[in-house]
Amino acid sequence: MPLDWNSFDEGSSLPELTKNPGVSQLVKYAAGGGDFNPLHHDFAFPQSKALGSIIVHGRFKYAALGELVSNWLDHGGRIRSLSCQYRGMDLPDQPMTLGGVVKRKWEENGEKLAEVELFVKNAAGKNTTPGGAVVVLKD
Amino acid sequence: MADNIEITEEFKAVVGVQSEPWTHEVTTTSVRAFARGVGYTDPVYFDEDAAKAAGYRSLPCPPSYLGTPIFIPGKSNDTFSGPKNTGPSLNHGLKNVLDGGTETEYFDDICAGDILTVTSCCADLSIRESKTTGQMLIVTSESTYTNQQGKVVAKQRGQGLFY
Repeated sequence: MPLDWNSFDEGSSLPELTKNPGVSQLVKYAAGGGDFNPLHHDFAFPQSKALGSIIVHGRFKYAALGELVSNWLDHGGRIRSLSCQYRGMDLPDQPMTLGGVVKRKWEENGEKLAEVELFVKNAAGKNTTPGGAVVVLKD
Repeated sequence: MADNIEITEEFKAVVGVQSEPWTHEVTTTSVRAFARGVGYTDPVYFDEDAAKAAGYRSLPCPPSYLGTPIFIPGKSNDTFSGPKNTGPSLNHGLKNVLDGGTETEYFDDICAGDILTVTSCCADLSIRESKTTGQMLIVTSESTYTNQQGKVVAKQRGQGLFY
């Protein structure tokens, strides 16, 4: 169901999304996104060896936060802005929980807007990728 | 670990210089490939009938996806798929790179069938100390995406952390 303006308030949580990307998923992301940095698929790459593992693309997490917001909107609106910072590395085959909270809900120039704060929590509960989005709902 | 990274006058001269334009294509196949890479199950990103029923012209770009750069061997970066030598480069000699953050602002929808012209520039340079990697050079770049109708549809800012 497309997101309804009256179905959420400031403080409402977005339905969470769980991701557990293994090497195969990261290879698919590399092909879809065009980032073939070996740090995301080759354990023998010097930077991977220095870090002890390959790591999940920051952009995979960014795109997954986009999926979280897209799933919430369910095409009942559009994303005006989407951002995140990559504060911590995530490793393959580790569960991550993505979620968000509505920080602000307002109307401006006839548009219905909401600002959400986003997170990607790793298995230890640390937010590796804080982010945010502003969405505009359909009338 | 790098230490004593210096933002030279030569580096500063690069800030704000716009690149030559290049082309990103948004196709039904490229949208599906991206959506599959992220792990979407929403049919709107895979099935044109579902996309049209949801009110789109064709498959919409999933958030963060802004088309695929046209790849030409020798002219494109073999690792990151973007073009080479479209603007001044920073010869910092740092071998390792991490992604620091990404921000996208949208001004209109982007769907399969769109052709985007992209220009980018280095918007800012700074230096940060990291406990794990030593000094890092933070390169903030800003790219502007203009569709086939001449409308700016998105701007994206990203930070590369070089060490």
